[in-house]
Amino acid sequence: MHELSVTESVLEITLRHAQQAGAKRVTHLYLVIGQLASIIDDSVQFYWDIVSKDTLAEGATLHFRRVPVELKCLECNQTYHPQQSDFACPHCNSTQIKIISGEEFFIEAIDIDQ
Amino acid sequence: MTTKQHIPVVEKILSANDRIAVQNRAALDQAKVFSINLMASPGAGKTSLVEQTVTKLNGQLRLAVIDGDIATSLDADRAAAAGAAAVQINTGGECHLDAVMLQEALPRLDLSQLDLLIVENVGNLVCPASFQLGTHKSVLIASIPEGDDKPYKYPGMYRGVDALVINKIDLLPYVDFNMDYFRRGVEMLNPGLVTFLVSCRTGEGIAEWLNWLCTNIS
Repeated sequence: MHELSVTESVLEITLRHAQQAGAKRVTHLYLVIGQLASIIDDSVQFYWDIVSKDTLAEGATLHFRRVPVELKCLECNQTYHPQQSDFACPHCNSTQIKIISGEEFFIEAIDIDQ
Repeated sequence: MTTKQHIPVVEKILSANDRIAVQNRAALDQAKVFSINLMASPGAGKTSLVEQTVTKLNGQLRLAVIDGDIATSLDADRAAAAGAAAVQINTGGECHLDAVMLQEALPRLDLSQLDLLIVENVGNLVCPASFQLGTHKSVLIASIPEGDDKPYKYPGMYRGVDALVINKIDLLPYVDFNMDYFRRGVEMLNPGLVTFLVSCRTGEGIAEWLNWLCTNIS
């Protein structure tokens, strides 16, 4: 449960970019979170309503874009989305794999009123 | 008049933490202190490994331990009893240490008088993985009774570490733990990960672990 620290960081970054742009108000936030990041959207939303109170970003809507885990097999070169928790290649059963996506954890953009 | 605007940000959510971690690393580098972030689930043997390490290296190296815990100073007391300078951080409910907590704790130690700093994180296989502290190496302890499925269930933790200590190997005959299955899971997430098989209780494998530590320090 580290969603509180995460949400505070989201607010800090948002307000910094909003102030740089001379925003009167932040209306939307676009977050990109890989499936491997252990974050619960509802929890972030819950804390967001509390930490953003009385700031430029109060009432802004959070949008979560979840990026699925995509792996590449280093033996047969196929890419795939793993089923459940086993990351082994479904085509050749190799365990020599590379994680291509699913670890993202960033703020992509914000919408503001100027 | 109000105009709407879409502002690209593209900034890592924990970038503020990462910036403080860089400062911590600089402070440790300047004082020539090698540091590790020791992570594991509760009960895996973090404090037992700290005790073994401190007891064996005391006299050769100057050691300190920073202990993260939700409450109590039980772990720091054990580290101090073993002979290390020990500092307790009580996170007050937070499930992990972050770079700011470490930054606040560092001035409580005289870094110029240290060779090795062990930061014992809060017992947890999820949250500590996300927060860089600025230490030189991250070390994970897995223990046999936890079960062989942990790399599959907590991939984030196994992804980000530089060394793995498998503790309580003296219990292997008594526990259903498939080492091949466990190591297969680790290999997928962290190929070639440096791994030590140890028992803090019997002392088996501790020499190899200490050797790795000392190689990194010199």
